[in-house]
Amino acid sequence: MLAVLLRRLLNIIPTVGAVILLIFVLFSVIPGSFTSTGAEDGRMLDPQVIERMRKEMGLDDPLLERFGRYVGHTLVGDLGKSFRTREPVTKLIGDRLWPSFKLAMAAMGFAVLVGVPLGFIAALRPGGAIDSVSMIVAVSGLSLAQFWLGLMMMYLFGLLLGWLPSFGYGDGGPRYLILPGLALGFGPMALLARTTRAAVLDVLNADFVRTARSKGMAETRVVTWHVMRNALVLVITTIGLQFGSLMGTAVVVEKLFSWPGLGSLLVDSVFQRDIPAVQGCILVIVLFFLAINTLVDLAYAAIDPRIRYA
Amino acid sequence: MKFRANLYIGGAFFATSVIVAVLAPLIATHDPVFDANLMNAEIPPGWEYPFGTDAQGRDIYSRVVHGARISLTVGLVAQCINSIIGVSLGLTAGYWGGWWDDVVSGLTNLMLAIPSLIFALAIMAILGPGLVSLLIALGLTSWSYSCRLARAQVLSLKSQGYIQAAKILGYSDLRIMFTQLLPNILGPLIVIATLGAGGSILAEAALSFLGLGIRPPYPSWGSMLSDAREQITTAPWLSIFPGLAIFITVLGLNLLGDGLRDILDPQSRERTS
Repeated sequence: MLAVLLRRLLNIIPTVGAVILLIFVLFSVIPGSFTSTGAEDGRMLDPQVIERMRKEMGLDDPLLERFGRYVGHTLVGDLGKSFRTREPVTKLIGDRLWPSFKLAMAAMGFAVLVGVPLGFIAALRPGGAIDSVSMIVAVSGLSLAQFWLGLMMMYLFGLLLGWLPSFGYGDGGPRYLILPGLALGFGPMALLARTTRAAVLDVLNADFVRTARSKGMAETRVVTWHVMRNALVLVITTIGLQFGSLMGTAVVVEKLFSWPGLGSLLVDSVFQRDIPAVQGCILVIVLFFLAINTLVDLAYAAIDPRIRYA
Repeated sequence: MKFRANLYIGGAFFATSVIVAVLAPLIATHDPVFDANLMNAEIPPGWEYPFGTDAQGRDIYSRVVHGARISLTVGLVAQCINSIIGVSLGLTAGYWGGWWDDVVSGLTNLMLAIPSLIFALAIMAILGPGLVSLLIALGLTSWSYSCRLARAQVLSLKSQGYIQAAKILGYSDLRIMFTQLLPNILGPLIVIATLGAGGSILAEAALSFLGLGIRPPYPSWGSMLSDAREQITTAPWLSIFPGLAIFITVLGLNLLGDGLRDILDPQSRERTS
């Protein structure tokens, strides 16, 4: 297990390096980046402000020197100071991590708890009523804009029925978490239902399942002992991959519900041309996604003894 | 021959959206941008305005109809760019192998490590809002799926007899790739592209909703929803119709993709990655 972990961590290093390089290239090298587009938009008019920004960011220094400085600071966990609040970016991000994490977990929890059983039940009777209904729900869930679903639920449950707070973080309690969590979790739920169904159908036709049945094993034991374990690998892959798109959609859903997470910070910082904050948010989001994928790989090794990273 | 429900239903939904987009100027009853009249503000759906009007008195129906043009253009063009990049990289990486394969695989892994909407958002932040920026941002950020698929397929086909024969006949590498390999791997790629086009439409809606995509007053479904959020208490119909339009179009593409998969890529299971 430890060897798997170390190997994965070693594999991550080049990716993290490439991401840092990419962020640097995007925001510091490409001509017409932040400072100048700010001027073109007519949003950041004052040439003195632009001059100050260029100085502060050291935009007039040689490229390699800037890159070296950026990498050096990033590696020791210094993401710079926000242009807007003058606070360290790490503090800004730190304040937002917990709400974002809570929302992501609530959404993924909903997706797993509803999607996996739904797909499982659907696969046991392919073509049956439950199968048809759940697959219609699944393909619909993959086709709607999740922020629109959020907007509709906000109207129905927040404004019309008044059951739940329609937006905001409030005291951070579960009541505030329900609507954004559902909006964010619906897409992953739909995909998980489909994937689980496909994986279970696939395993149900495998030779070892036929053998288990023909030797007289009880059906419930066949399903729990053989089918579930084998379908789980594909399901876990999907969960890991879905975190990526979930973190993208989270930006929009957080903004919609005025949720004080990393996504809202990213969008606000983009509008305020707060480059250090934008860079920091993107870096943290990517690192989180990589961490999730590493966990997924570890989970493989735990579930399926055949998977060994030689 | 079994009745392929999702192919026909999906095709019909998607065809409807395309027809609406093409005929937009003919079937819209009002000007989508300039027909503002505060006397008509926030009228609920009815005979005169089937989908109601917005805070500036513009006809929502006409705006949704014109929005189809922007949303479909962005979705389809962005997906074409993704497919061209992905297939070119995947074909050449799989066929040539070696250092080029390493470079392409590295790039693909990098793309997969960054959530694509976050990447697109970063590009929009740099380029500023607008149609061209959207096409660039969405066209450059989700090619990894078609790239990986093309590469994997080429690897499995490259040792086949007809490819060897083409080599012996002295065909150039490019000719082999585009006339021998590409036609044989096209089916699954079309499926991926159909599903991807739906994804691009959703991504455009999300970016425009955030105010980073198509900017008001021009109607894209996402930017209409962005206006609508402010008026959700007084005029909920503003939110309903653009969202439904997104839903029907993307549902059409997803069903069409599933239906095409049954025909073009019968041996595949659900591809989740």
